[in-house]
Amino acid sequence: MRRLRHWGPGLLLLSPSLILLAVFVYGLIAWTTKVSLSDEHNALGSKGFVGLENYKNLFTNDIQDRFTHSLKNLLIFTVVFLVGAMFFGLLWAFLLERGIKGEGFFRTVYLFPMAVSFIASGVVWRWLMNPLKGDDAGGLNAVFGGLHLDFLQSTWWTNPNWGMASMAMPAVWQLSGYVMALFLAGFRGIPQELREAAAMDGASTYRLYRNVIFPQLTPVALSALIILGHMSMKMFDLIMSISGPQWLTEVPAVYVWQTLLTSDYAKAAAISIVLLLLVAVVIVPYLIYTNRVEKSR
Amino acid sequence: MRFTRRAAVAVIGVAALLTASACGSSDDGGDGGSGSKKVEVFTWWADGGEKAGLDGLVAQFGTSCAGQEFVNGAVAGGAGANAKQVLASRLQQNDPPDTFQAHAGAELQDYILAGQVQDISADYDTWGLKTAFPAGLIQNLTVDGKIYSVPANIHRANVVWSNKKVVADAGITSDPTDLAGFIADLDKVKAKGIAAPLAIGKDWTQLMLFESVLITDLGAEKFTGLWKGTTPWDGADVTKAINDFKTLLTYTNKDRDALDWTDAEKLVMDGKAAYQLMGDWEAADLDAKKFADYAWFTFPGNGTTFQWLADSFVLPKGAKNVEGTKCWLKTVGSADGQKAFNTKKGSIPARTDASPADYPKYQQAAMADWKSATQVPSCAHGSACSQGWQGAANSALGAFSTNQDVAGLQKALAAAAAQFVKK
Repeated sequence: MRRLRHWGPGLLLLSPSLILLAVFVYGLIAWTTKVSLSDEHNALGSKGFVGLENYKNLFTNDIQDRFTHSLKNLLIFTVVFLVGAMFFGLLWAFLLERGIKGEGFFRTVYLFPMAVSFIASGVVWRWLMNPLKGDDAGGLNAVFGGLHLDFLQSTWWTNPNWGMASMAMPAVWQLSGYVMALFLAGFRGIPQELREAAAMDGASTYRLYRNVIFPQLTPVALSALIILGHMSMKMFDLIMSISGPQWLTEVPAVYVWQTLLTSDYAKAAAISIVLLLLVAVVIVPYLIYTNRVEKSR
Repeated sequence: MRFTRRAAVAVIGVAALLTASACGSSDDGGDGGSGSKKVEVFTWWADGGEKAGLDGLVAQFGTSCAGQEFVNGAVAGGAGANAKQVLASRLQQNDPPDTFQAHAGAELQDYILAGQVQDISADYDTWGLKTAFPAGLIQNLTVDGKIYSVPANIHRANVVWSNKKVVADAGITSDPTDLAGFIADLDKVKAKGIAAPLAIGKDWTQLMLFESVLITDLGAEKFTGLWKGTTPWDGADVTKAINDFKTLLTYTNKDRDALDWTDAEKLVMDGKAAYQLMGDWEAADLDAKKFADYAWFTFPGNGTTFQWLADSFVLPKGAKNVEGTKCWLKTVGSADGQKAFNTKKGSIPARTDASPADYPKYQQAAMADWKSATQVPSCAHGSACSQGWQGAANSALGAFSTNQDVAGLQKALAAAAAQFVKK
């Protein structure tokens, strides 16, 4: 009874959010899993349980390997997006941290793109990345043409092999500022004493950053990677507004949408679960890691 | 202390905003309740000739159905791709519009199976539509003895549009009648320095071109059989059609996957291309854009085949204003309604009792063809295949646009047919 009094009020306070989470997150995940194991391939509803058949079909029996193609697209997109955003984010944070003039101004400039929605920026980038070259060029290609830098003109996202890399450009543009803000906070969180101590020991600027400051930024870098990584896996709106749903730029999230609209619920659910597992592969180790770090404190 | 007070104020402010917005949305829900005289008509007719046609229909609805109010629920986007997405989610949430646009034929099958549309065959008798529409169309619309939609118009998909000046400059004097003649003409235009004489857009417009080539290479009967499961997709004739289609693609613009049909249309208008294959809604659109220097011919080799598609309206299950919806459907099927709509949209009426004199030049020719030609359905526009099949075909054509793999496309199309054909 005394123990109930001890944890009872806490549980009572938590229960609304616990119930909401149980129903709307875990309940729906369970429901989606159930649909993905059924043969509900049209609006008539399910006729029975088919085990992992839908998953097997996705990887081995999809028309023109559409699903594996979408995974390949996602991989290219994710790699370019993560590397690009981390690189520019770190670079800008480093420059601002060195104490240049007008830091506040530049910080705002770099952060601003994040305030724009992917749909809005996608519409603009769709125009910027106009694939025509030469005399008919528009957008960036026209700029390159005007500067007599014709060799820089590109087919952008319509390139069948590396199109997804250009698709990642708007995402890099939009989220580098966010990564910069994270790193800047990380830099500011390092006590001044450490720098002074390093200076007393005669460390060069290179040694200071290499051995004192960057190691302290590892948790920040990890957080940034996780946040960008899971955003990238679920990327949908940017691609929809730049290319629309089509084979060339299809990623799993767009494929789910396409499948759902043709009433193939079982297949859509199976793709969603694969996507969830992909995100979980990234997130769960991070959660375990932070949990361990917090416990050891 | 000051900070916490400020935070508390902020929290209260946010809470107040949320409450206000919650009230707002519940008010919206209240408006659509029973007894409403509003008829929400959900279409993808948001601009061009389509919008003009809808406006004509709305004017007719205003006089025939006094007391009912038209509410425009249009969602823009090529061939209705965006609208269909919005509609699907509304139907799933049991929040249907009072009536929605759907292509007549196989595409309606999905809604019928899901029980999302209601049988209106009794109203067909009351409104006298069974005698006004051609018997063949009634037969196509009937599913298990029931009719679910009222077609507003008939469109033709297998038409090639051309820029007269560009064609004349290339020294072409007559329309090509077979594929070889068409390719010879394309070469002539190309020789005049136009790199991409045949304008085309993304996946579904490529599917339209491919279907026209299939009609030429297989003939009307075998083509219809492809969608009914009686013609095999892995035959040598289909391989030939894919190869012909591949040849035609070499004459098209390289940025095709980035263009919608209106972008391709602009290439023809600007004289950067000579030809475009598109449905006959292009006639009204070109007229609306004040471009008069165009000509048309049936896709070379299609002969008298009329690849039809029809926009139709339905009575969704759970429509809030059934009386108003039925009055809308009656207007759509009536002689006045079809005239008001089709003269503006650039399509032809489904009714056979319409007077050709009311219509512009292109439609008069099409109306004569509609009565005498062989009719075949279109997959890109849902009269031949279900939405799932259409999605798979679009994706296969999209892949072909980049990899040009003939065997791969044929295999993909055969697999799609095996998956989706009604057994």
